[in-house]
Amino acid sequence: MSKKGFRPDVDAPEYKGHYAPYDIIKEGTIAIAVVAILVLFLSILFGSPDEPSVTVKSWANADPIDFATTAINEMNGSSITASYGAPYNTNGSGQALGPLKLAQWTGVTIPVDPVKDFVLDPLASVPNDSDLKAALAMWRGASASQQTTWVTNYTNADPKMTFSNGIISVPATNVGPLPKMINELTEMARSGALDQALITGKGGYYTTDYTKPLLFIADSGYLPNLAQNQHLLGSQWGMMNETNSYPGQAWLWLYTFWYQVSPFSSSANADVQVWAVMMLLSVLLLLVPVIPGLRAIPRKVKIYRLIWREHYRNS
Amino acid sequence: MSTTIERQWTTRLRKRATGKLPPEKALPDTQPAYVASWIYVFGVATIASFVMVILSGFILALRGPQWWHVSSVGHFVNSLHLWSVEILFFSMVIHLWGKFFMAAWRGGRTMTWMTGVVTFLVSIATAFTGYASQTNFDSQWITTQAKDGINATGAGSFFNVLNLGQMLMWHIVLLPLVAVLLTAVHVVLVRLKGVVPPFDDKTGAAK
Repeated sequence: MSKKGFRPDVDAPEYKGHYAPYDIIKEGTIAIAVVAILVLFLSILFGSPDEPSVTVKSWANADPIDFATTAINEMNGSSITASYGAPYNTNGSGQALGPLKLAQWTGVTIPVDPVKDFVLDPLASVPNDSDLKAALAMWRGASASQQTTWVTNYTNADPKMTFSNGIISVPATNVGPLPKMINELTEMARSGALDQALITGKGGYYTTDYTKPLLFIADSGYLPNLAQNQHLLGSQWGMMNETNSYPGQAWLWLYTFWYQVSPFSSSANADVQVWAVMMLLSVLLLLVPVIPGLRAIPRKVKIYRLIWREHYRNS
Repeated sequence: MSTTIERQWTTRLRKRATGKLPPEKALPDTQPAYVASWIYVFGVATIASFVMVILSGFILALRGPQWWHVSSVGHFVNSLHLWSVEILFFSMVIHLWGKFFMAAWRGGRTMTWMTGVVTFLVSIATAFTGYASQTNFDSQWITTQAKDGINATGAGSFFNVLNLGQMLMWHIVLLPLVAVLLTAVHVVLVRLKGVVPPFDDKTGAAK
């Protein structure tokens, strides 16, 4: 390489100096041993967290009113899932990156109908309950506008909902079969039967897909309350946190940082916007060697002189 | 006969491989004197902690994803897995920034830099799928929150974070395979090109 054409941020000078003995196998062995000891030490000292999972049963027993309220929200269309959009349903427009409606580009590929999947189908699986069967028949036989009237009346009264002696009650009239349906669903949830109905509801014994029960639980007020107590909410930098104050995914600090600052902190499209920013930054990091301004930073900030201080002292 | 052997794909590949990376370059017994800084420790520490991650992951895999909830031994192995991952990322991030401030892409080492960055990004995805596969409250919360970010990009249609089976397979099969391959390529590139020399003050490169 001639001096004339030498590009300091692209080319490396030819090294003609001293070579020192180097045992790469010994170095690797020592590194593994040291890291193993460190990992053992940290594991013995701190262990790892394992907060038990929330079940529909534990949720409905801990807070039956929150469960019943969430169930009626699935029916009135105000829950997160009921108003989500792709990939679950067509009830929401999803997020957009400027003119790009990325959320919609593949359409509904994991169909979730909250009224059917979270309420009607599980209730229909209950055997030997003629009152419930009559209530479901009444619901299915009603017109859409009638159903809407019942749900609206029930929803308007649900702030006054009570739970006593295992019964969910709302002081409302003209609500059709909803009191029976919501009460039975709550009972089903408290018994644990709804967990299984949501997991294997589509038939088949084995499954590893928890999409529906997780969506239902995530629509609750119960799960976010638990998460808040564990400082896991987005506003608490939760993406990089872990239960019980363990370090968690600290490497996501920059990803969660954007959610804390304007305009992302108040944007309805924050998820896709933050994703786009992080993709852009990742590409920039990848392409540092070929971007003139960026690749000159190390040479200009001169931290390399600290790293190679011995080399510069001896040369 | 000898011409036939010379033209064999196997012979050609061996000659090409040993020509590019002869044994003394693949397993060197000397190195330039400028490779004398604590920053170099973090490259090998990253590989060492990656080995620990894989070993502890192997043990967890032996008894299945639920084992660590019901066994004190399993819980301890999970702790080993967690802390190996924490040290892996700690080492990898320092290694990355160290290489940035050395401008380690110089001298035809662009691909070494790029494979390192991609390995870092793949490691983040691997760790995420691990957190999603814990089968506890943490994984419930992480996946139900992450789904919004992934669905917002449209990727949620084929990468369903609420599907435990899918996340577990990505975590223990697909992504580790990619991470191991990328790490191997990265290390081979380091051996091929050697460690980047310091900026040369005499050429004006350091001014």
